[in-house]
Amino acid sequence: MATPAVRIERKNYLNAEYGIRSWLFTTDHKRIALLYLVSITAMFFIGGFFALMIRLELLTPAGDLLLADTYNKMFSMHGQVMVFFFLIPSIPAVLGNFLIPMMIGAKDLAFPRINLISWYLYIAGAALYLYAIVTGGVDTGWTFYVPFSSLFSNSHVVEAGLAIFIAGFSSILTGLNFVVTVHKMRAPGMTWSRLPLFVWSHYATSIIMLLGTPVIAITLVLVVLERTLNLGIFDPNRGGDPVLFQHLFWFYSHPAVYIMILPSMAVVSEIIPCFSRKRIFGYNFVAMSSIAIAVIGFLVWAHHMFVAGISLYAALAFSFLTFLVAVPSAIKVFNWTATMYRGSIQFSTPMVYAIGFIGLFTIGGLTGVFLATLGLDVHVHDTYFVIAHFHYVMVGGAVLGFLGGMHFWWPKITGRMYPEMWGRLAAVIVFIGFNLTFFPQFILGYLGMPRRYWDYSRMPEWQALNVLSTAGATILAVGYLLPMVYLAWSLRYGPIAGDNPWQATGLEWRTPSPPPTFNFDETPVVTWEAYEYETMPLAEEVKK
Amino acid sequence: MFDNFPLWPTGASTHALPVDLIYIFLVVLSVVMTLAIFVVIAFFGLQYRRRPGVEAHHIEGSLILEIAWSVIPLGIFMVIFAWGAVIYFHQRTPPQDSTEIYVVGKQWMWKIEHAEGQREINELHVPVDRDVKLIMTSQDVIHSFFIPEFRVKQDVVPGRYTTLWFRATMPGTFHLFCTQYCGTEHSAMIGQVVVMNPVDYQNWMSGGPATGSLAQTGQTLFTQLGCVTCHRSDVQGRGPNLTGVFGKPVQLEDGRTVTADENYVRESILVPAAKVVSGFKPIMPSFQGQVSEEQLNALVAYVKSLNQVPVTSVPAGAKAP
Repeated sequence: MATPAVRIERKNYLNAEYGIRSWLFTTDHKRIALLYLVSITAMFFIGGFFALMIRLELLTPAGDLLLADTYNKMFSMHGQVMVFFFLIPSIPAVLGNFLIPMMIGAKDLAFPRINLISWYLYIAGAALYLYAIVTGGVDTGWTFYVPFSSLFSNSHVVEAGLAIFIAGFSSILTGLNFVVTVHKMRAPGMTWSRLPLFVWSHYATSIIMLLGTPVIAITLVLVVLERTLNLGIFDPNRGGDPVLFQHLFWFYSHPAVYIMILPSMAVVSEIIPCFSRKRIFGYNFVAMSSIAIAVIGFLVWAHHMFVAGISLYAALAFSFLTFLVAVPSAIKVFNWTATMYRGSIQFSTPMVYAIGFIGLFTIGGLTGVFLATLGLDVHVHDTYFVIAHFHYVMVGGAVLGFLGGMHFWWPKITGRMYPEMWGRLAAVIVFIGFNLTFFPQFILGYLGMPRRYWDYSRMPEWQALNVLSTAGATILAVGYLLPMVYLAWSLRYGPIAGDNPWQATGLEWRTPSPPPTFNFDETPVVTWEAYEYETMPLAEEVKK
Repeated sequence: MFDNFPLWPTGASTHALPVDLIYIFLVVLSVVMTLAIFVVIAFFGLQYRRRPGVEAHHIEGSLILEIAWSVIPLGIFMVIFAWGAVIYFHQRTPPQDSTEIYVVGKQWMWKIEHAEGQREINELHVPVDRDVKLIMTSQDVIHSFFIPEFRVKQDVVPGRYTTLWFRATMPGTFHLFCTQYCGTEHSAMIGQVVVMNPVDYQNWMSGGPATGSLAQTGQTLFTQLGCVTCHRSDVQGRGPNLTGVFGKPVQLEDGRTVTADENYVRESILVPAAKVVSGFKPIMPSFQGQVSEEQLNALVAYVKSLNQVPVTSVPAGAKAP
């Protein structure tokens, strides 16, 4: 992405300095956010390419487009790239990085240099992962299950594992930075009960990053050690336990789902009040439900293992706790919906994404209840039902939130408006393409189609639903490419955005667009609560 | 109805109906909830769309509503939890007198061994209307044994036995899939379950090989491997007498008590020092790497078969300190 040609005389973070060094050595959280934006966008399209290959292979029952090993690498790398190099850093490292200091009235994050280091760690991890891809790829599934990954796979497991290990430190440092920033850097008057819910949700996310990521890091190191030094940690022939790996893996990787979805909930909690011109309904409940999700989310990991050979009573406990964690998510959905009650609602692009998020996250959440139900999970576990469920959460939820947030704060980040009609059109295309891709997979899953199948020529009756899914994926791809085009276009040709085009209440809107390097000319003093839309005049119509 | 566009799998075991019922319940609940939220959002979006001169109302929240939409979903969830748990409990508790069949997964095939000695690959023949218990292990990576028409699935893990049981309700041929990703030919690790009428099943069984039952194979191995020199059934040997031990509690040297199930017998062959029976010394050598999964199954089947012989000597488990 090119540096936007901003013709505003005012100094801001974009025109304060020029040249590649001013970007690569910056400690400005806003510039680092843009570095992340470019990096994760590149990784998103690599992961998206793998997804497209998967869908094309499954268009016909026979394994005819790719070799079996190639297909196995496609879904493995699709998962790993999307989870570790796109979804986990997506909203926190881009929008969180850009906005949290501004939302709390700070000049920067608490540790600006650590912030830059975390981007370099991400880049080092991503580079090593790209090396693993170009030298032949990895075929373990994104889950690295042992003993396949540690003893049987002939692919680049060590490189991929170490790449994710390195990128994990990026995540830990970002979480650390956010926690300290929220505790120590709030402007005068910005009490905890006045924090925007975006900040609350990122605070919860950061706690998961800090406490969970070390576990996946050490787990991947153990896999690498078993693979390279033949240690008997997971190998049953040496006294190891392969199910132990699954406990360790999911101890992080289930909370990681909340690393992906909580920041999207953060975005939606900002958008809906703004476009309804109302306070969020039940501020305390929405804020505390984020914390509840972070805490209870650490206690549900073995619901991925109901058929893995865990004991009956362990399964009962984990099923029970999983039902508990569904409650705070439900609370959020109800509060967002209630926020619209008696509002003054405008369906601008961010709002279209936010409403799409509520719909898809509701379906993703409810199908999670199916999987939490012990006797039913036995049948649908490891089938396409699970694939559909978590894509409803991670794409329907996390990606829609990311796109909604990008549109909402685009004028703040770039100083330019995107074309509103194109924005709404792309949002609708994403919504339709997404549902067409993933809804048929629920049916396929209940029919029994296992995940990670390259060839289903003995089950030709599955083809019709797979064709629908592949057709949907091509529509979804168009929906993803459109914003790339018109957002890039808007950098040069978009109308100049005012400081506060949406007439939103957050502190980030009370400073120029794009903001100056230190965000505020004077440290703001907060005397109002979050979302005091009743005191904010109605938005001027900003269109075209 | 939809031969090329099926929307619902056949149900062919006693597990199918309970699973389908809770699934239908959850589908209805989800459709109602999703539609309710969609309708409310659509209604609000229409009713309260931005109009000139009309301002939003100032509302901060409602404690009653918050409590209602926390407690009511929690109550519904608890009902679903309990219902699902009851189904699961039933799925994981094989009836006592089930027909036992051994399954060994490997990259990329299913090896089946019947108690009577029949062996098959990627095919499982079972009688209709009889409880069947599969005792499964893997000789390489983790696999998962899945029969969608029966609504049963269980991971097959190297280094231990896992079990799965079902009671087929109709004759026919059904899919068998591996659902745990296991490498290159994962999607080719499939087979079929053939459910037969009792008469057909008897005919099929009698057409088997003449190598003898699994327990007889185990007995031969028991002698060949020298187990019999210590585990004697006539006089007290250096190892515990195994007659009548299976399924009973065993007092260990360190004071614990374990049940002598398939996994215990297996572990005692491969890692004998792990759980030594009270009153005996840890002198047994490990057979790790010396016996195949099939041989282990035969040995386990033999130890089990010792329960059916009239018992005269005192079982090892009864030797309390």
